[in-house]
Amino acid sequence: MTTKTKILNFVQKYTMIIALVLVTAFFTWRTSGKLLLPQNLTNIIAQNAYVFVLATGMLLCILTGGNIDLSVGSVVCFVGTIGAVLMRSDLNMWLAVLIMLVVGLLIGAWQAFWIAYVKVPPFITTLSGMMVFRGLSNVVLQGQTVSVTNEKFVQLFGGGANCYVPDLFHGEGINILCVAVGVIACALYLFFTLRSRSVRKRNDLEVESLGRTVIKAVVIVAVVMFFTLRLAQYKGIPMALLWVVVVVLIYTYITSKTTVGRYLYAIGGNETATKLSGIDTRKIYFFAYTNMGLLAGLAGILTIARMTSAQPTYGQNYEMDAIGSCFIGGASAYGGVGTVPGVIIGALLMGVINIGMSIMGVDANYQKVVKGLVLLAAVIFDVVSKKKNS
Amino acid sequence: MQEDAVLTMRGICKYFPGVRALENVDFTLRKGTIHALMGENGAGKSTLIKVLTGVYPMDKGEIRIDGVEGAISIRSPQEAQNYGISTVYQEITLCPNLTVAENMFIGRSEKRNVDWKAMEKRAGELLDNLGIPARPKQQLGSCSLAVQQMVAIARAVDTDCKVLILDEPTSSLDDKEVEMLFGLMRELKARGVGIIFVTHFLEQVYAVSDQITVLRNGELVGEYAAKDLPQVKLVEKMIGKDLEGLSTIKKQTAPSGGGEIVYEAEELSSSESRPFDFHIAAGEVNGFTGLLGSGRSESVRAIFGADQVTGGKVKVKGKATRITKPLDAMKHGIGYLPEDRKRDGIIADLSVRDNIILALQVINGMNRPFSKAKAEAFADEYIKALQIKTYSSETPIRSLSGGNQQKVILARWLLTHPQYLILDEPTRGIDIGTKLEIQKLVLKLAEEGMSITFISSEIEEMLRTCSRLIVMRDRNIVGELTGEELSQEHVMRTIAGGGE
Repeated sequence: MTTKTKILNFVQKYTMIIALVLVTAFFTWRTSGKLLLPQNLTNIIAQNAYVFVLATGMLLCILTGGNIDLSVGSVVCFVGTIGAVLMRSDLNMWLAVLIMLVVGLLIGAWQAFWIAYVKVPPFITTLSGMMVFRGLSNVVLQGQTVSVTNEKFVQLFGGGANCYVPDLFHGEGINILCVAVGVIACALYLFFTLRSRSVRKRNDLEVESLGRTVIKAVVIVAVVMFFTLRLAQYKGIPMALLWVVVVVLIYTYITSKTTVGRYLYAIGGNETATKLSGIDTRKIYFFAYTNMGLLAGLAGILTIARMTSAQPTYGQNYEMDAIGSCFIGGASAYGGVGTVPGVIIGALLMGVINIGMSIMGVDANYQKVVKGLVLLAAVIFDVVSKKKNS
Repeated sequence: MQEDAVLTMRGICKYFPGVRALENVDFTLRKGTIHALMGENGAGKSTLIKVLTGVYPMDKGEIRIDGVEGAISIRSPQEAQNYGISTVYQEITLCPNLTVAENMFIGRSEKRNVDWKAMEKRAGELLDNLGIPARPKQQLGSCSLAVQQMVAIARAVDTDCKVLILDEPTSSLDDKEVEMLFGLMRELKARGVGIIFVTHFLEQVYAVSDQITVLRNGELVGEYAAKDLPQVKLVEKMIGKDLEGLSTIKKQTAPSGGGEIVYEAEELSSSESRPFDFHIAAGEVNGFTGLLGSGRSESVRAIFGADQVTGGKVKVKGKATRITKPLDAMKHGIGYLPEDRKRDGIIADLSVRDNIILALQVINGMNRPFSKAKAEAFADEYIKALQIKTYSSETPIRSLSGGNQQKVILARWLLTHPQYLILDEPTRGIDIGTKLEIQKLVLKLAEEGMSITFISSEIEEMLRTCSRLIVMRDRNIVGELTGEELSQEHVMRTIAGGGE
């Protein structure tokens, strides 16, 4: 391999990471470093928690062949509405959470049934859902705002002033727990990488070059440590981050290690082939869209906790943020390609652009313009690089 | 069941509404042999394969497979696979976005989790074992088509397969890749797998096959040992000599043309066809002939600019020009009736009228629509002239019979008053009466000075209409026949190649 193709391969493989680095550097420069202040970094996570969660679910739908779910914004609102109303009548918080998740799941199953078994195009099914659940939220709320006053709920799901994991070690000016978690996370990462490497070697399986593994590890450790140290300088680990990490870990596992997860990729790659391999593709579609409902439910919980209320307008355009993050994060518009970490990077990129421009005082409407163009650029990149490869 | 047979099919019948797809067909596959299944379009070979793989249920007949007592019934591709019948289809039915290893094992494990390491290990062994040049972790889409095809075969073989069906596996491979594939086929044969090889490349049949079964019009013509059946005899059996019912039309002297050269191409090539020379004079009817897949359709598509033109010089009426897309061709007075009427010809939901005026409207430009009265007049004129049987010109074309649909497409092109009309299989799948009408129309148009290129799978039909036949084999022009040479015997000999 010549140096040129090597560089090209590298750029192609890590495009989004490179883009994220460049964009972060740009805004750090333009905001004279304000972007990387502890509070702003915390905000990127807390403000965008719902995007991370929704985008993860959306990825599963997109993997099946570029299919999207337009209803998630409305479902977020509807689930939030149900939760707020239930808690207003002093229902037990845990029961309310459970009901919200189940409602999300059922809505997902409702749409998934039509998509998977009746073959109604996902676009139309979820467009219908978008209208239906927006309307229902309005009906339930009667156009009013219902506040969420359950302190415990709000804190647990990332709202209010104290929505941080308490520092068990009571550090002065720095959150020791947060730093510890960062260190442990890095240690675990290193341990698993090395173990997998040695097992593969022992079995004579292909491994990536040692140099590459080391560089990757150094970069990841550096980023994680920088990030956790910054968070520690503010108030520590935001609760929202906890939920995001849980979702990301679970879904990274599902998409890379479970059979059903790999079937999502197979369908996106070649649906006929998947069917001929004896796989019931309907079940896979059903899984993807039901799951999307469940995660929309979780996003609904996070949203009302952060806002400490439910309003009929909540969740508007959330579907667009989620879809945009997926495509920016390298998911293919034709399906079959995309990873959870990639999508998270896509969402982060959007988040950094948002907050960077806010700090710079750019008008919100221009922010939309920029985000829209970034999305288009990402998909053009995907389409063009596909064309070149074929 | 014969001693060494791994699969026997007896008296297989399959009927579709109005069509006899298979009538009493027998087929026997022996262990460790490669058995070619041959036949022209509509001969029934793909129906037979689909019956065998459980895609279609058969209406009558009996299938037995080695190791299973009694007749078996195959109701789904999954069941076929459970009996050890694996198929590798023409289009590669794998997932290009997944790794080689994953493609080989997907859908085959009942486990909830994927054991990547075990999978890659097993895949690596299998690839080495069969000599397939691919790595387990490689993304499938980055392999050449031949290797992808071989991965598909490796997958099939690993599922304890007794019968391997290869349906046109070589159609998108180059010569070297074909050789690689054949190597793998011979290897599997040596291991005792019975292989059914469906292809339309004659030379390839003889390169690997032990047995040949020929089907025609849904019936068994016979089973032969490859070494006992010369190529020319094979072609004869595939095409058949008797064409009952058509002999009523008197052989007319085809117009010999000889007028001005209307269209001329030198070294014309497209993304789908190899370079070729071609010309046609005013009032001439000529034709491309050859077996299915010989490149005859691809050649005329290149003339019309329907595929991406990659090279060559084109002259229309002696003037050099470029035809790179259909509109260019249309503006030069060239019309093209495509081979696949359903897919490329009709626009099913539009009315007969809209289908007729389509091409002329395009030439005219979007901004100058015809008035309703004018469109009506155009449509009525041709409905009458070609005797198209339709309730009205408003009727959606999809509700017409095949023959009448074809006439509508013909009308579409005649309305543009082309100088040169290309007809690719205009008579396929339509009733005999309409067939004769179309043939007569072709001759009449030529008499009036139109140049026509006519393609048909039925040699008889081409002999009746064409004054010059360009013969193609395996994507190359191998002969040009005129005058005395235009006999069935001669054409078949040229198609088959050599004097064997």
